[in-house]
Order: sequence, then C-alpha cells, then structure tokens
Amino acid sequence: MNRILTRILPHPKLFLALLAMWLLMNQSVSPGQILFGALVAFGGAWSMVALQPEPVRLRRPRAMITLAWRVFLDVFSSNFAVARIILRGRDGDRNAGFMTVQLDMTSHYGLAVLSIILTCTPGTLWVNYTSSTGTLLLHVLDLVDEEEWTRLIKERYERLLMEIFE
Amino acid sequence: MSQAPDLPLWAALLVSLLVVAGAGVAFLGSLGLVRLRSFYSRVHAPSLGATLGAGCILIASMICFSVLRSRPMVHELLISLFVTITTPVTLMLLARAALYRDHAEGRTNVPPLPKRRPEGAGPGEGTT
Repeated sequence: MNRILTRILPHPKLFLALLAMWLLMNQSVSPGQILFGALVAFGGAWSMVALQPEPVRLRRPRAMITLAWRVFLDVFSSNFAVARIILRGRDGDRNAGFMTVQLDMTSHYGLAVLSIILTCTPGTLWVNYTSSTGTLLLHVLDLVDEEEWTRLIKERYERLLMEIFE
Repeated sequence: MSQAPDLPLWAALLVSLLVVAGAGVAFLGSLGLVRLRSFYSRVHAPSLGATLGAGCILIASMICFSVLRSRPMVHELLISLFVTITTPVTLMLLARAALYRDHAEGRTNVPPLPKRRPEGAGPGEGTT
C-alpha cells in the first residue's frame, strides 16, 4: 500500500506541506483552491524526485516541541543581549571571537537545522563545518566563556536534534 | 490605512506598541551595522531585525487584520517561516566569503580554513 502511494505521490509529507502553504497563502479552503493547491504540490513533490534527497526520518514529536520552545526563548533573550552589546558603544564587540565545537551529529538534516538555529539567533554565527572531523567553526559576539557556549550548543540543541533526526 | 479608525482601542494600542517595538529592534540591528567594528561582528546585527523585529511586526499585522476582518488571519506565519530559513543562508555566505577573503589577503587574526582533501580521497569533504 505504502509503495503504491509513493509511486504515485513520491513525497507525501512535502505534498501536504506545499498544499498547506498554498491554502495559507490564498487564505481559503474552497474546493477550487484545494484542487489547484494539490496540483501545485503534486508538481513540487515530483520535482523533488529529481533532486534525490536523502530520506528524512523524523522522530520524537515531543523533542521537536521542546526544541522549538528553547529556540524561541533563546532567540528572544539573545536579541536583548545583542542589543545591549550594540548600545554599549563603539567598543561593544570587544569580546567577539571565533570558537570551534566538536559535534557528534552527522545527520545532514540535523546539521542544517542547527545551522539555521545558530545563525538565526543573534550573537552566534555558523561559519564552517568540516564533515571529516565534525568540527564546527562559529563566530560568537559575546565570547566570554567558551565552555558555556559549547555546553549550550551540545546539550541544549545537539542532543535534541540527534534524538529527532538520528 | 483608511480602515484604521475601525480598529477598537485595545487592538490599536497593542498593534501600535508591537509595530513600534519591532521597528525599534530593527533599528537597533541597523545601528549595530554602524557601531560594531569587525565585519564578523557586524554580520550578527541584521539578525535582530530578522527575528524579534520581524516577529513583532508580523504579530501586529496578524492582530490588526484578524480584528478588522473578524476572522483569524495567520498567513504572516509563512513570512516568518521563510525569513527564518533564508536569512541564515545569506549571513553564512557573507561570513564565509569574508573568511575566504581574509585568508587570501594573508591576515593572521582569523582561524585557519579547513584543508581540502586531495581528489579521490573518499567521499568529498562537504562543508556545510
């Protein structure tokens, strides 16, 4: 059953996401919009086949909610932290610097999400990741305690991401 | 803006507060572009406007139009989703280009770039 479904509709989750996006954009759930959105989503799902993405396995919805909440809180508080640094004056970024973190996660999707989280959060910037050694190079605006940043990334984000993607 | 007078007072207050707060945060981010000294520090500043700044303004927009049309309007969520996943791409590109340039110019105050493995040495060393 599942195999027949994927032969007609290759990426069912992507199909649903695209359909939801279409309906949200048009702000309507009329049959016409559903039909048109389904067509667009169908095309999107099939064009994804050409890209041959690695299969995604998402687990632990509870970990996803925890992660989303943590990111929300951290983005909020680091906005204030960075605003304070900017307002401190011309010498505000005196503690800025590069640091490296050794990551245990290897899932491409997990790494992509981590890069978005870190770069989106004001104050941390993902610069480079070397997959052969698992070393992440990042730039931190308030690099007072390197240990603390390492702990934040590894325990607060990486552990949950590994639960979700690996 | 001709619809603005129809907004009840509580909504008008909330919306204007959120818009001003969002604009303020975005302004602080832009101020950071001027005040921070190194290029790598300046790359952090726009993310203020892209997260909290945009968030406040989008929530204000959601409240405003939900009240005016008296039905929930949440398509702003899409904007926040797309801003969230596209801003980091730009910022990462900028930071990596800067790092590359600093190396090309032989500056020593930046961390070393990872060495590329020679051709044919196993699967490519993708850098993300």
